[in-house]
Amino acid sequence: MQIGRVIGGVVATRKQPGFDGITLLLVQPLGPSREPQGRPIVAVDSVGAGVGEDVFFVRGKEASFPFHPTEVPADAGIVGILDYWTLGER
Amino acid sequence: MILGRVVGQAVSTHKRPQFAGATLLLVQPETPAGVAVGTTLLAIDSVGAGVSERVLVVIEGRAAGEALGQKLAPVDAAIIGIVDHVDAVD
Repeated sequence: MQIGRVIGGVVATRKQPGFDGITLLLVQPLGPSREPQGRPIVAVDSVGAGVGEDVFFVRGKEASFPFHPTEVPADAGIVGILDYWTLGER
Repeated sequence: MILGRVVGQAVSTHKRPQFAGATLLLVQPETPAGVAVGTTLLAIDSVGAGVSERVLVVIEGRAAGEALGQKLAPVDAAIIGIVDHVDAVD
């Protein structure tokens, strides 16, 4: 998984039927010090995340598991909202 | 699997139920020589790893789900070993 911040949403009227009723959110992946890491991705949401929240998301086929048995052709999905994280010294 | 080092821990109250009780650790991937490389990832811990320890990480859904011991778990990374040492020739 990766950590990221929800920075918006995406609306698509015409899409694969598996996505019906599923929220698409824009997520900016973050490094451990909250620095943006790479480009934003679009992820399906299964936890009710909102803009400005820190989340963690999964990549790949597993992104569709929360919607089982519906087959959602998604490759990224938010699976948790983060309260906080702590860093230890190396 | 990849080699990495645990650099932090994340806490999430609101998450998919398959993550209940799981520890979420931030892992910085490393080369065999111990040089940080690539982006930080969030992995579930299945072996009791701690911050600053060198670990072995699977970054594939099926393997990570087995490590978590949950069916249809939306997980794609798991710490499955703590590294004692690495022998690498240049």
